[in-house]
Amino acid sequence: MLNENIVKNIIESEKPDEKDILSRRDFLGFSAAAIGAVYVGAIGYPVYQYLSTPAQRSAEAASVTQTTLDGVANLPKNSAMMFKFGAKPAMLIHHPDDSWSAYNAVCTHLGCTVNYQPDLNRIFCACHGGVYDPVSGANVAGPPPKPLTKFNVEVKDGSVIVSRA
Amino acid sequence: MEASLSQEPKTRSAAIYDWADDRLGLTEIAEIAKHKTVPDHRHSFWYYWGGISLFFFIVQVFTGILLLVYYRAGADAYESVRQITYDIKFGWLVRSAHSWSANLMVFAVFVHMFSVLFMKAYRKPREFGWWSGLALLGLTMVFGFSGYLLPMDDLAYFATKVGLEIPSSIPLVGDVVTNIVRGGQEVTEVTIQRFFALHVVILPLLYVPFLAFHLYMVQKHGNALPPSEEAKPESERRLIRFFPDFFAKDMGMWLIALNVLAIFASMFPWQLGPQADPIAPAPAGIHPEWYFMSQFQILKVFGNWLPGAAGEFFGIGIFTAGLAVLVFFPFIDPSSQKGQRARMGTYIALALLLGLILTTIWGYWEV
Repeated sequence: MLNENIVKNIIESEKPDEKDILSRRDFLGFSAAAIGAVYVGAIGYPVYQYLSTPAQRSAEAASVTQTTLDGVANLPKNSAMMFKFGAKPAMLIHHPDDSWSAYNAVCTHLGCTVNYQPDLNRIFCACHGGVYDPVSGANVAGPPPKPLTKFNVEVKDGSVIVSRA
Repeated sequence: MEASLSQEPKTRSAAIYDWADDRLGLTEIAEIAKHKTVPDHRHSFWYYWGGISLFFFIVQVFTGILLLVYYRAGADAYESVRQITYDIKFGWLVRSAHSWSANLMVFAVFVHMFSVLFMKAYRKPREFGWWSGLALLGLTMVFGFSGYLLPMDDLAYFATKVGLEIPSSIPLVGDVVTNIVRGGQEVTEVTIQRFFALHVVILPLLYVPFLAFHLYMVQKHGNALPPSEEAKPESERRLIRFFPDFFAKDMGMWLIALNVLAIFASMFPWQLGPQADPIAPAPAGIHPEWYFMSQFQILKVFGNWLPGAAGEFFGIGIFTAGLAVLVFFPFIDPSSQKGQRARMGTYIALALLLGLILTTIWGYWEV
């Protein structure tokens, strides 16, 4: 439709008396804008892809649903280790009763990385004093609005498999 | 403001324009643009080459900033360029565009310089335009030389190693200065870090004021007329308006330049060689970029003709003399000062151009 109209308008613009048609000037302006848009796209698209490559990679990494931590089943009780789940820091805790917990270690308040304090039996965020329960991940004191995101933990053949809940 | 309020209502955009105009003097600038003219004659084509050089410089700034996003100077340089070339999306294109645009810019600058020489546009009152242009040419070549090392592949490494032998053979101070520039006696990651600082901070800092001055000179004196046009009576000379006529053609040239660059950068992607190995022998046929080929060949030839330091001395002497001829061109060509056709200037310019082209071809012949 559009093409037909343009062609018709080009033909008709030869006749100077006609009104309400696309003039030659308008047509040229339209064409120049369209070509300009093609150039902007042809330059803009590679530049966008170039600059966003790391963002795309980290989004891919973040979409990981499971990670296996080899040989960490012997992590001493009442201690924790930090690991990377996808792009984000995560925390694995071996509780005194031999149970396990794993959390996304990003504080739900303003994104600092939290720390396990076994002597105080808490997960603590040093940035603004947020406190979480080490067994449930619940936010128990300070500014955090939500509990820590909890992962599933499975101990198998000396390894620990952490997966998204 | 009171007066303008009492007038009939204006459109919002007109009101915004007036507001800005009162403060920035936009109308004065528009008046200058409206009255600015450009001579129109059979050599007018050469007027576009300064603008084309500027276009490629703008591309260099743009693609250079993009490369800065991922490039890491120092020991990691090769790995970061490898990532840009093979890992980051369209990184190969950004790098290829930067390299090709650098070469096209040097080419455009050379064309611009020789067109100025042949049209005798260096004459009174345009000497400072000529000298600032020579400074920009020199800076452009140092830009090229310093940028060439940054990927630290084997070609970059050996080209820099050889290239730095030229300043180090300058009598007395050569060695000291070269070792400072190189950051030691060998090209290492220390050299990369220095060349990087030179390439992205020091050279732009020098280049931009020279460029601004150069453009100011062009604006102040206008485009120079070649002697053949000057000889005509004023009534026979044609002029076109700068805006929009010349400007539109200028932009058309930029579009052509962009398309040429796009074709080269995408069809012939700039390659990355193997990582430089400081103890490996130089690969066969090692040679500098084409715009240093002439100097390279002159040094080589004199080195073979005359033994030892004498060869270097004469080689460097030759292109120092060439540079001196260019710098003093406005003075060694006195007859053209009176507006006569100056044969001598043309012959010297022709000799320089032919010497440059022939030694370059000779250099490639022997590679």
